[in-house]
Amino acid sequence: MFDYATAAVEGALAAGAAYADARVVVSKTETINVQNQAVQSLDRTEQAGVGVRALFGSSWGFYATADLGSAQRAGERAAEIARASALVPGDPMQFADVPIVEDDYETPYQEDPFSISLSEKVDLLIGVTRTMQEVEGIAIATGNLTFYDTDKWFVSSQGHRIHQHLVESGGGYDATALGERESQRRSYPQSFGQYETGGYEVIRKWDFAGHAGRIAEEAAALLTADEMDEQETDLILEGSQLALQIHESVGHAIELDRILGWEAAFAGTSHLQLPKLGSFTFGSELMNITADATLPGALGTFGYDDEGTKAQRVDIVDAGTWVGVLSGRDSAAIAELPPGGMVRADGYNRLPMVRMTNVGLLPGDSSLDEIVAETKRGVYMATNRSWSIDDKRLNFQFGTEIAWEVKDGKLGRMLKNPTYTGIGPAFWASLDMLAGGDEWIHWGTPNCGKGQPMQVAHTGHSAAPGRFTNVRVGVRG
Amino acid sequence: MQLAEAVLGLVGRRAEAEVVVSSGTLSLTRFANSFIHQNVAEEGDAIGLRVSLDGRVATAKTTATEPNALAAFVDHALATAAMQPVDEDWPGLVEPTSTEDPGHVDEATFDASPTDRAAVVKDFVDAGDGLLAAGFCQTEGHSVSFANTAGHTARGRYSTAILDGIHQTGTSAGTGHAASVALGDLDGSAVGALAAQRAVESATPFDAKPGEYEVVLAPEAVGTIAVFLAFYGFNGKALEEKQSFVKLGEQQFDERFQMWDDVTDARAMGIAFDTEGTPKGRTDFVVDGVTRGVAHSRKTAKRLGVASTGHHHPGAEGWGPIATNVFVGGGASPVGDLIAGVERGIYVSTFNYCRILDPKTMVVTGLTRNGTFMIENGRITDAVTNLRFTQSFVDALGEGRILGLGDDARFADSEFAPGIMYVPTMRLASWNFTGGAGG
Repeated sequence: MFDYATAAVEGALAAGAAYADARVVVSKTETINVQNQAVQSLDRTEQAGVGVRALFGSSWGFYATADLGSAQRAGERAAEIARASALVPGDPMQFADVPIVEDDYETPYQEDPFSISLSEKVDLLIGVTRTMQEVEGIAIATGNLTFYDTDKWFVSSQGHRIHQHLVESGGGYDATALGERESQRRSYPQSFGQYETGGYEVIRKWDFAGHAGRIAEEAAALLTADEMDEQETDLILEGSQLALQIHESVGHAIELDRILGWEAAFAGTSHLQLPKLGSFTFGSELMNITADATLPGALGTFGYDDEGTKAQRVDIVDAGTWVGVLSGRDSAAIAELPPGGMVRADGYNRLPMVRMTNVGLLPGDSSLDEIVAETKRGVYMATNRSWSIDDKRLNFQFGTEIAWEVKDGKLGRMLKNPTYTGIGPAFWASLDMLAGGDEWIHWGTPNCGKGQPMQVAHTGHSAAPGRFTNVRVGVRG
Repeated sequence: MQLAEAVLGLVGRRAEAEVVVSSGTLSLTRFANSFIHQNVAEEGDAIGLRVSLDGRVATAKTTATEPNALAAFVDHALATAAMQPVDEDWPGLVEPTSTEDPGHVDEATFDASPTDRAAVVKDFVDAGDGLLAAGFCQTEGHSVSFANTAGHTARGRYSTAILDGIHQTGTSAGTGHAASVALGDLDGSAVGALAAQRAVESATPFDAKPGEYEVVLAPEAVGTIAVFLAFYGFNGKALEEKQSFVKLGEQQFDERFQMWDDVTDARAMGIAFDTEGTPKGRTDFVVDGVTRGVAHSRKTAKRLGVASTGHHHPGAEGWGPIATNVFVGGGASPVGDLIAGVERGIYVSTFNYCRILDPKTMVVTGLTRNGTFMIENGRITDAVTNLRFTQSFVDALGEGRILGLGDDARFADSEFAPGIMYVPTMRLASWNFTGGAGG
């Protein structure tokens, strides 16, 4: 496969590219969806092709084809496309140096998920949906599993030759209770499921069967729960919701391509400005964020990014101060920062771009029980239901599936339709308690959309429950 | 069609099967900071296969077309199906029927070059006269072939061309958008000029007080409403599972509201059959404010005892059938007249990052973006900082709530997909803004 990638790079160079790299990607994905004890869909998708990137002046040209035999021609096309950009030119694109590497990387895993029988996987999902349906009031019980197996061969005109074999596994389930004028849902392990790098052991670890009854009972109980009142109060976030909070209000805000304006028309820009790197107060002293692509088992873990930069840990927020960004070789060169190895593509047919790796909040020294016990008045919200944030990643409004009132250090009545809203840095400045220990989990987000044409990335967000003070909650139309 | 028939040949008599093959090119020229920075294209074949062994169903997709790979692909799909429980709702295959290609194709766009797209980008950028431009110009040309073991075949070709961008002043941004089957229809200068005008006019925004406002929504904002109605409401699966707000036959909207799906309309884009091979025609969702129908695949149609409307897609088993050639009926009012009728309200160019809070009530939260303005005494006065809203889209279009429809219906982008919603400017009685984006 290296030969096809090499041919693509040679084609681009022969057509005038100043630099070129190519990835041959062979991938397979298996997705199983079960609804109410019936298989809703069982799909296997295979992709194989080469994508080649050519730099010419101020622009990247990119061409992808599934016909590996025409890899050299694909390289030529990439250069031609880049050259056409000269009609609307900018300053020549800079490109930071990284070590030239020949290497091989494989995700550590125990059980190849594609070697597990389909019947075992289907039976697991049928079983959890049956358990959920046995709870009165549950109208819809769904479960899903998805497994990814990806081989990538990367070659650059500077001499990189890297092969990676990545294995990712995940899934989850949810119960929906239907009322007269509403529906209520509970999910496990989190909204959209939990995904990690690794094999089928990921599924076994999360004990799907052991939580289905509780999840369904909570969904049914929400129909008769009290609505959350609009108020300003202390907010305790469960770990997976805090992970999404990190993803949306920190992870995207620190993407250097957004900061530089490259995503202005679609994903948006960022409230962060480079001159304030190292001095801007992003949050309280409990806020320590890293982007760490080396965390074992986390979904955003790999050996090398898609331009050959080794996976690494980069400090992003240090005791509340913004100190780092997510970058690639081109964006880092412009910002005069070291490249962070955070450029990845969704398959062979997409242009690599800055993506989150594992952007997580380092653990604190408390626990959920201690946080609740220390809270006189507040709410505890769990599991994301909706998320919305503005194009500068400042104003957010999130909804969760469930909440409980917190009164005098104890969890009280269940509340439905919980929401909270705020402004990023002010919200993070109010973080005053943070759990750790075994409540610190590498949550995975398998559906991060960005770019045009759209790309979906798999990202990780380590988080434990935390408390934020004086937050506006219960906002609804 | 050769490739689709080759795959069916490999299936032989072993199963019921349907194959969809899409072949062509997608090219996108992206610009930011007023220059082209990312310029991409991809070509190839994508094959989708669904097999049924007496109701035991599996699907598979591949990009490989080499004979040995195809044989392995088919064998694996059949082996997977054999291990499944029977799907009691398997609707079977479409019987042979005629499908007319509406001819939504422009040959020049099918073969558009990166230089052709760059020229449109240049016009957009130049129209800003020094403002900072960002956006994209995309062209696409695909041939789609369908064949099943019941003997039904269909084929179609389509092209699309889309220009979407913003101009920025440093304190503000304005948006412009155009879509057509033909790249030659896209006027980069005009789209760029509108974006620049919106950017300049919103350069010094003030923070409006949150609350209920009368609104005039530009087509992009109306397109977002239409996307949510189509995705969560006019969806046969959501209806069957009682997750939709839809009540067929009831007056759920203002009598001025009309919404339908019709790929055969001369203004539409795409092909006239779905991934089950069902021919597409016109499906009325709302007529004079009365909810009349929803989109169906063969499975949802079977469950509800109606006919498929041709809205199956590769994700339909999970998300349900979704309409993607949607029209919202326009009116006779120039946009200026709509604004002139507003004593105090807000003009919204686009919505951003909208998310559903409850599909049954269609309560959605999101923000305004790229041009939000205060309307006072019938004219636009000041620019407004982006606002967050939390609003039921169904309530917003309820009886007596639509105060005017523009004569400017066109394809509008939304944050979800361009080229699928053809909608006008709309004046609505009330919209619930819950806060300012800046705090």
